[in-house]
Amino acid sequence: MPTSEDYKGQVPAWCPGCGNFNILSTVKEALVELGIEPWEVLMVSGIGQSGKLPHYMKCHTFNGLHGRTLPVATAAKLANHSLHVIAVAGDGDCYGEGGNHFLHTIRRNPNITLLVHDNQIYGLTKGQASPTTAQKTHTKIQPYGVLEEPLNPLALAISQDCSFVARGFAGDQDYLKELMKAAITHKGFSLLDILQPCVTFNKINTFKWYRDRVYKLEEEYDPSNRLKAFERSLEWGDKIPNGIFYKNERETLEEGMPTIQEEPLVRQKFYIEDVKHEIEKFY
Amino acid sequence: MGVKFLDYTLRVGGEAGQGLATIGGALAQVFSKIGFHVFTHQDYMSRIRGGHNFYQIRFSDKEISASREMVDILLALDLNTIEIHRKSVRKEGFILYDSGITKKKFEEPEFIDIPFRKIALDVGKKSVMANTVATGAALGILDLGLEAFRNVLRKAFKDKGGEVIKDNIACAEAGYHYARTNCPRCEAFGISEPEYRRLMLIDGVHAIGMGAVMSGCKFYSGYPMTPSTGILNYMASRAEEYNLVVEQAEDEIAAINMAIGASFAGVRAMTGSSGGGFALMVEGLSLAGMTETPIVIAEMQRPGPATGLPTRTEQADLLFVLYAAHGEFPRVIFEPRDPKQAFYLTNKAFELAEKYQIPVFIQSDQYLVDTEWTYEKFDLENIIYNDYRLREKDLEGIEDYKRFKYSSTGISLLAVPGEAGKHLVVADSDEHDEEGHIIEDSETRIKMVQKRLLKKLPLIKKEIEPPLLYGDSSPKIVLVGRGSTYGVIKEVVDTISKDHKVAMMHFSQVYPLPERDKFDYIELLENADLTICIENTATGQFAKLMRAETGFEFSHQILKYDGRPFTIENLKEELHAYI
Repeated sequence: MPTSEDYKGQVPAWCPGCGNFNILSTVKEALVELGIEPWEVLMVSGIGQSGKLPHYMKCHTFNGLHGRTLPVATAAKLANHSLHVIAVAGDGDCYGEGGNHFLHTIRRNPNITLLVHDNQIYGLTKGQASPTTAQKTHTKIQPYGVLEEPLNPLALAISQDCSFVARGFAGDQDYLKELMKAAITHKGFSLLDILQPCVTFNKINTFKWYRDRVYKLEEEYDPSNRLKAFERSLEWGDKIPNGIFYKNERETLEEGMPTIQEEPLVRQKFYIEDVKHEIEKFY
Repeated sequence: MGVKFLDYTLRVGGEAGQGLATIGGALAQVFSKIGFHVFTHQDYMSRIRGGHNFYQIRFSDKEISASREMVDILLALDLNTIEIHRKSVRKEGFILYDSGITKKKFEEPEFIDIPFRKIALDVGKKSVMANTVATGAALGILDLGLEAFRNVLRKAFKDKGGEVIKDNIACAEAGYHYARTNCPRCEAFGISEPEYRRLMLIDGVHAIGMGAVMSGCKFYSGYPMTPSTGILNYMASRAEEYNLVVEQAEDEIAAINMAIGASFAGVRAMTGSSGGGFALMVEGLSLAGMTETPIVIAEMQRPGPATGLPTRTEQADLLFVLYAAHGEFPRVIFEPRDPKQAFYLTNKAFELAEKYQIPVFIQSDQYLVDTEWTYEKFDLENIIYNDYRLREKDLEGIEDYKRFKYSSTGISLLAVPGEAGKHLVVADSDEHDEEGHIIEDSETRIKMVQKRLLKKLPLIKKEIEPPLLYGDSSPKIVLVGRGSTYGVIKEVVDTISKDHKVAMMHFSQVYPLPERDKFDYIELLENADLTICIENTATGQFAKLMRAETGFEFSHQILKYDGRPFTIENLKEELHAYI
């Protein structure tokens, strides 16, 4: 069985007190508790402070381009569906630059997990508005305040029948770990949006700000009811619900792909002799 | 006809949606099944219905590699075709048409009015069989018999059942006999069937696709864009038979990132597009360069800029593909000369991509994508397949696997994540250390650039074959081309070689430019009086590349940028200015 020592990676280069530290230790614990070994995990990340996370663990890692986490993760899963594929992205990364991929990955439904470090700001580029920054927030390049409505990733995902939609808070690691384990073990595309305070550039959505507002969805809450889930996903402001909003049992992309049913693509040996007859079709 | 060997051209013209490709494709198959060498090309508009398209089929008893401007038989499915192409019909040629469709009767002797539609309704009870009647009529004019066409029809309608096959064959026979009895001058052709040869008929796009399949490509991701869509279609059509995963991406950015993701995870992967779509892939190309992920990219050119001429041809993306992407990393660009070489170069692209862990391009254009050629065979013994990816047993004895370990060749071991035991595979788009983790120090940066780029480059250059020299071995006139212009230049050299010391120098492994040790092509060019670079571009991109890389300047250039391929006649005419 793996231990958290097995997952120990490089020394993080995040700001002291950053919400990312909590996410990092939580994801390690979740994997250890699930009994998943480091060599069974592929983490695919983008660019932003979140993108560095896999380096601070130990597992197969593809730290690719800004916004392009999901296409890489989807294809890696198609190539080797025996791997646990976890995509790690930020709010700007996934909902801004990679918005189109987010929509289409929901449609495709690969059996992968998406962890979004949602700090409602751009950290790496120092404080510009992200797609989830609150309206009227002033930044260096939004001197009149953000004019756009913030994107609601949960409502968007539920509206498109995303297979698993949840929200956690970096300040509540126990619950976050439960949600991560549920997301990783869910069969289908799992979105876990994580409220992550940015201690340097977001002076509004602080640990305290979230603590005063977040609460868990009721125990009797039924995550199979899509309309209800959509309604709850619209709650934001004085009260912010956390938990599993919605899940379904849609067929996954890999299940629908007949050519990888017997064996992962990567294990299918290639012999030229098996394909040579192709040429006969041109005579 | 004025030619010593048998050499005929048919042009089938009409509106989009009239089934030109069906007729043209059937005729090409019929000629090749009889044993003729065939060359076809297509000229079509970016629309699904209406407009004007044509499909041209040349057939001969010797090998042919280009289209002619002048045709022997024009099969006109509408009035527009007659108006546009009438002047291209040779004196002894024929124009087949249906006055019931054109609503206009032509009395000149070259016109043969055949009621395609009426015969189809009378014999097959369906007007759609007019195309079968027309094809039968064309074969009747040529007096080539119907056996091969019957077989083509049986194969084409295999899934539609015996009744459909029977009616189509009846229509073909009716068209054939109508043409035989109503064509007093048909003896002009006097075609005798060639010695039988078993020939394959293949176009550029299928050759690239088959090359990928036979190279062990297991993953193809793409977004439809003419003229690259055919590769995506082909791979999807073969997915089940050869266990491939083919994914239609939401955009080309996703397409290339998917190919990279699949390749990183351990399978041979490919993506493809045309120039506009490739423009979106450029950042991904750089990612493949930085992460040393093997990937093959098919870039099928159409004339730009922007949307350009979607269904036409040009070679103007060479320098774009060469310089695309930020930063410096090695790449290889192949521009095949014909479908057969497209097959082999696709195979070589996979070999080099994986051996050196780099992106490799198969670049071509609408012209080659859509032209069909005949060959006796492809030599499948020459296919290269080396699996450079390492799994658990290959890594035995290695204590601490590092994905980007320094080496004298710059090549590090390429392990398959999850299949390599407990070894971890880490890759990063940031500059990284040997393990794949982010670094910023200058020492590591220098070592990584040396590893990734400078150490690999000389090895990659050694893999590149010299240009082909065809014709005189110490020529005074050298016609230089690359990629799809090969066939036309070759035939032009054939026709002018009796009067001139002329040769073609053809490049298909265009970047890196071949070294000069096996064949000093620069010396050969320097010894010629006239060196003419022939390209489908407005600015002569290959000439620029040659000057930049070797200092050599061609004495002249012939450039064509009207969106159409060179033909034998128009290249000869252009050459008149110099020869």
